[in-house]
Amino acid sequence: MLFTSYAFLGFMAILFLLYYLIPGRFQWELLLAASYLFYFIAGPSWLLYILATTVTTYYAARRIEKTGQQQKAYIKVHREQLSKEEKKAYKDKMKTRQWRWLLACLFLNLGILAVVKYTNFAISNVNGLLRAVGSARQFGFWDIALPMGISFYTFQALGYLIDVYRGTVEAEKNLFKLALFVSFFPQLIQGPISRFGDLAQSLYAEHVFDAEKFCYGLERILWGYFKKLVIADRILTGVNAIIRDTGTYRGAYVFVGMMFYALELYADFTGGIDITIGIAQALGIGVKENFRRPYFSKSVKEYWRRWHITMGTWFTDYIFYPISVCKPMLKLSKLARARLGENIGKRIPIYLSSFAVWLATGIWHGASWNFVVWGLGNWVVLMASQELEPLYARLHGRFDVQGRGWYKLFQVLRTILVMSCLRTFDCYRDVPLTFRMFGTLFTEHNWHILWDGSLMGIGLSAVDYGVLLAGLVLLVAVSLLQRSGSVRDRIAAKPYPVRFLLWYGLFLAVLLAGAYGIGYDASQFIYNQF
Amino acid sequence: MEDLLEILRDLHPEVDFETCDTLIDDKILDSFDIVSIIAEINDCFDVTITAEKITPQNFNSAEALYALIQELEDEE
Repeated sequence: MLFTSYAFLGFMAILFLLYYLIPGRFQWELLLAASYLFYFIAGPSWLLYILATTVTTYYAARRIEKTGQQQKAYIKVHREQLSKEEKKAYKDKMKTRQWRWLLACLFLNLGILAVVKYTNFAISNVNGLLRAVGSARQFGFWDIALPMGISFYTFQALGYLIDVYRGTVEAEKNLFKLALFVSFFPQLIQGPISRFGDLAQSLYAEHVFDAEKFCYGLERILWGYFKKLVIADRILTGVNAIIRDTGTYRGAYVFVGMMFYALELYADFTGGIDITIGIAQALGIGVKENFRRPYFSKSVKEYWRRWHITMGTWFTDYIFYPISVCKPMLKLSKLARARLGENIGKRIPIYLSSFAVWLATGIWHGASWNFVVWGLGNWVVLMASQELEPLYARLHGRFDVQGRGWYKLFQVLRTILVMSCLRTFDCYRDVPLTFRMFGTLFTEHNWHILWDGSLMGIGLSAVDYGVLLAGLVLLVAVSLLQRSGSVRDRIAAKPYPVRFLLWYGLFLAVLLAGAYGIGYDASQFIYNQF
Repeated sequence: MEDLLEILRDLHPEVDFETCDTLIDDKILDSFDIVSIIAEINDCFDVTITAEKITPQNFNSAEALYALIQELEDEE
């Protein structure tokens, strides 16, 4: 059931009605039933996967917490009898027990994810190797469907488990409540990846109907549909035309494809997140923001703090920090400082941990080499920017450009360009082809296509370009307004007829300018199958 | 405390670490800075700050960070 289907709109209408009609104490149970129904409709057999993750995470978290409680109780009772060393030894023993539960659950769930998501990738690599060494033996691919949102809910569940292990949150005692946290349907498809501490309380609380919040939620949903249907799905035709015909669309077309894809991905992903957050808001539930106007970032580092924020913080908290500050890494850093000098030694934890993070980020995005190269490309750019920082500081000191409008614009455009270049791996989904197509930017001198009308030949008409331009202007205007406060607060402060006109105008825009038509089927969200 | 301030000032000479208590909230320190600081603290104070201790509360000010170091020294 796509967010953009009529069935989903019907599903939501019934849910909103029931949610505010039933007694508040049953609301979370209704949400659980709705989430499982949503998932059942998407793929009945996939329920087994999400159930396995929920049950194993629930049990492991409970065991970890129980072990911690046992340790505290024992120390309390035997405080007088135990020496400092004995207390430490007992604590270490119990910590090891907790660690084993954590590890077992991580292995099991990441194992499930690895099997369903990466088995065919592994098989294709093994087959490639066999062909390379001249063997005729080839392994058949598994007929295995990737359960919807598995990367998102697995990470969300494991984040909860690690938080319980760290003592940041208490283990949830009610299995069904945890099941709702893992499966909450608006964020099941493409995130955000919520933390238990941020979401749980609001998810399980009773919510009375609040017209203002409900209205804010609907506005956000409508804005999400505008981005998805009017912008992302319309420009998709042009992006696909350029990517699929690599013989014709080379050189400047690759640049156009990169820019169009940047807009498509932004409108698609942030549109989906707007719908998710809007639904949650209409239900009275607070879901964390996943984007903060990333295309206004002045550096790649800043961009990654503002794009897919919940994924970035997940990787930072659960992969980057544990690797970079673990004892072996600190020892390695010390050794490198002694042998290779201060400068290299202190960079080692950062370089190695970031490498692990970006490798994982690439693989998380998809089971193919283009995502791995894309991830590592980001790592190279980030490390290069880190190394160039002193040079930038010197230049900024000498030329007094910091803070000037034109320089900020230059920095923003530079970041968009760098990120778009990296995303060509995502567009062509084939590493050698991406390099070849990127190379044509410098070998084919056809920049005239930008103004001689050739862009009318990529499946987009003058009307399409008009709609896209208007959509882009609105998108930029809203983003600029957001910098000085909530746009919805400003709308709410307007007289009712003005508000009504704005809503109606946006609704009409979605209805009339959305990418529909005979035989048209709204496309899936790009992040849907992650 | 002076040793810690020296470590922090080496990284960001432009920041007044004695008064600033929004080092994380205002994004003055990023994840790379935090890792460098932890490595230096490990060297200088011989305590290990594990990943679960990396919270905004512990890193928002030099004072909070120093309190964490003292707590870890007591534990070890």
